[in-house]
Amino acid sequence: MNSELRIQTPEGIVFAYPLAGPVARCAAWAVDFFLILLLVYLVSMVVLTLAPLSFDFAMALLIICYFVISIGYGVATEWLWRGQTPGKRMLRLRVMDVHGLRLQFHQVLMRNLLRFVDMLPVCYAVGGAACVLGQRAQRLGDLAANTVVVRLLQQSEPDLDQLLAGKFNSLREHPHLVARLRQRTSAEEARLALQALVRRDELEPGARVELFAQLAGHFRESVTFPAENVEAVPDEQYVRNVVDVLFRTRAS
Amino acid sequence: MIIDLPRFIAAQRPVWAELEELVVKLERETSKGLTFAEAQRIHLLYRKVSADLGRVATFAAEPELRRYLETLVARAHAEIHETRERGGGWNLWRWFTREFPRAFRRQFGAFVISVAITFAGVVFGGFAVALDEEAKDAVLPEQFANHLGDPAKRVAEEEKATKDRMGGSHASFASGLMANNISVSIRAVAFGMTWGIGTILLLFYNGVILGLVGIDYILAGQIVFLFGWLLPHGAVEIPSILIAGQGGLVLGKALVGRGDRQPLRRRLRAVSGDVATLIGGLAVLLVWAGFVESFLSQHHEPAVPYWLKILFGTLELGALAWFLARGGREEKS
Repeated sequence: MNSELRIQTPEGIVFAYPLAGPVARCAAWAVDFFLILLLVYLVSMVVLTLAPLSFDFAMALLIICYFVISIGYGVATEWLWRGQTPGKRMLRLRVMDVHGLRLQFHQVLMRNLLRFVDMLPVCYAVGGAACVLGQRAQRLGDLAANTVVVRLLQQSEPDLDQLLAGKFNSLREHPHLVARLRQRTSAEEARLALQALVRRDELEPGARVELFAQLAGHFRESVTFPAENVEAVPDEQYVRNVVDVLFRTRAS
Repeated sequence: MIIDLPRFIAAQRPVWAELEELVVKLERETSKGLTFAEAQRIHLLYRKVSADLGRVATFAAEPELRRYLETLVARAHAEIHETRERGGGWNLWRWFTREFPRAFRRQFGAFVISVAITFAGVVFGGFAVALDEEAKDAVLPEQFANHLGDPAKRVAEEEKATKDRMGGSHASFASGLMANNISVSIRAVAFGMTWGIGTILLLFYNGVILGLVGIDYILAGQIVFLFGWLLPHGAVEIPSILIAGQGGLVLGKALVGRGDRQPLRRRLRAVSGDVATLIGGLAVLLVWAGFVESFLSQHHEPAVPYWLKILFGTLELGALAWFLARGGREEKS
C-alpha cells in the first residue's frame, strides 16, 4: 500500500496527498455510525407522534426514513461537503477523485452504495482487506468509483519570525562570509537546519543539545566567522543565526 | 540557491489569495461556469502558483508553505482540468426520463445477459418443481412461505376473503417492499465487484424462485390468477431486478477487462456513471412497483377483475419497454 497519492499536472507540477489508513477511516465510520443511529432515533421520535392519527402511515414513514437515512447519509453529506461526512471532517479526512479532479455525484453514489459488498462478511472485512492489500488504500466501493480517501493537513503559512534569530544576528556583520555560507549550503542542509528549529521542542534535552552541536559544528566548519563574533554564541543560537541568514537575505 | 522566504511570501501572497478566491467561487457555484475573462485569469494564476510551488519544492525548505501551495494547486487543478459535466443544475425529471434510458441502452448487452441468466434460473426452477414437489420447501425463502402449499387452495382462500387481508397496513407494506427491493437491487449491483460472480448467482437464484412459483401455479391450472397477481407489480419489479443485474454485470465486465486493453481505473471510470444512473433509475421504478404491489396486486376477484389487473400490467410493461427503448432519444442527435 502506498502512503500517498501522487498527482502530476499537465504543467509538470507534482503534488501529493497522504492516504488515509484503515484505522482512521474506521474511526470516522464509527462517528458516522453513531450519528446515523442518533438521527434515526430522533426521526423515530418525531414520526411516532403521528401513530395515533394513522399507525400504518407512521410505520410507513418510519421504514422510509430509516432506509433513506441509512443509505442517504453518506451520499448526501459527502456530496454537500465535498467528500466529507461529519466523521471524516472530525478525523480530517476527505474523499477525492483518484486523478485529483472534482468529485462527481455518481462517484459519491457508487462508493456509498457499494458499501454492501465491502461490509461482507462482517465488520467491513472485504473492504478492510482491499484497503490493506490495494495500492491506494481503496475499498471496493472506492475502486469502482475511482475515489480515494486522503488525510487533510493543516494549511498555514510558516511563522518564520518565531524561529529565526530576532533583532540582532552577529553573522550579518560579515556580509561576504554570509554570502559564502549561502553559496556553500545546499537546500537539503538548509531544510535540515530549519526542521531542527521547528521541532526543537519535541526533542529530549540531551538529543536536542547533541543535534544542535552537530549542526553548529557543521556550519562552523563550512564557513569560519571571526571568533569574536561567534565564540560566545551557544550552538542552538548559532544554528538559528545560520538559518536566519539563509532564509532572509536582509535583516528585517 | 535558497529563496528569501519572507520576501517571497510577501511578494506572491496577493497572487495566491486571488487564486484561492476564484477557486472557492468555482467550488461553490457548481452550476455556473466562468466567464472567458475569469477563465483566462484563473489559468494565469494557476500557472503562476504552479511555478511558485516548483520553486519552493526545489529551493526552499519550508514544508508548511509547500503544503499550502500544493493544496492550492491541487484545488485549482481539480477545477481547471475537470472536463466532465459539472454536477450543478441537476434535474430529477430530466435525469430519469433521459439519462436513465440512455444508460440502459448503452449497456444493453449486459441487460440481455441478465435476462438470459434469470431465464436459465426460471427454467431450472420450473423443472425442479415439475419433477420434485419438495423443491419448493427446499428452495423458497421464508418470505415466500404463503406459496408453499397447494396453489389452488391459496387462490380459493384469497378469492373467498371478504375483508381486506392486509387490515389497513397497505402503506407500511408498500414502504417495506420498496426498501427491501431497492436493497436487494443495490446488492445485485454491488456484487458486480466480485467479478460479476455474485450478481450472476443472485440473478439465477431470483430466476429459480420465479420459476418455482410460476410453474407451480401453472401446473395447478391457476394461470389467470398468477398473471393477475404478478403482472401489475412484476411488470416493473422484475425488469428492475434485471436492470440491477445489468449494472452488476457491467461492473464485473469492467473488472475482468477481457478484450479491453485500458487500465482498470479507466475501465471502471468509463462505466461508473452508467452504473450509478442505472441504480438511481431502478430505485424510482421500485418505488412505483412497491405501491402497485401493496395497493393493487394483493386484491383479487371478485374485488378487482383479473382481466383488469392483467391489462394494467401489460400496459405497464409496454410503457416501460417503450420508455427504455425511446426515452432521451430526440435530444441525442
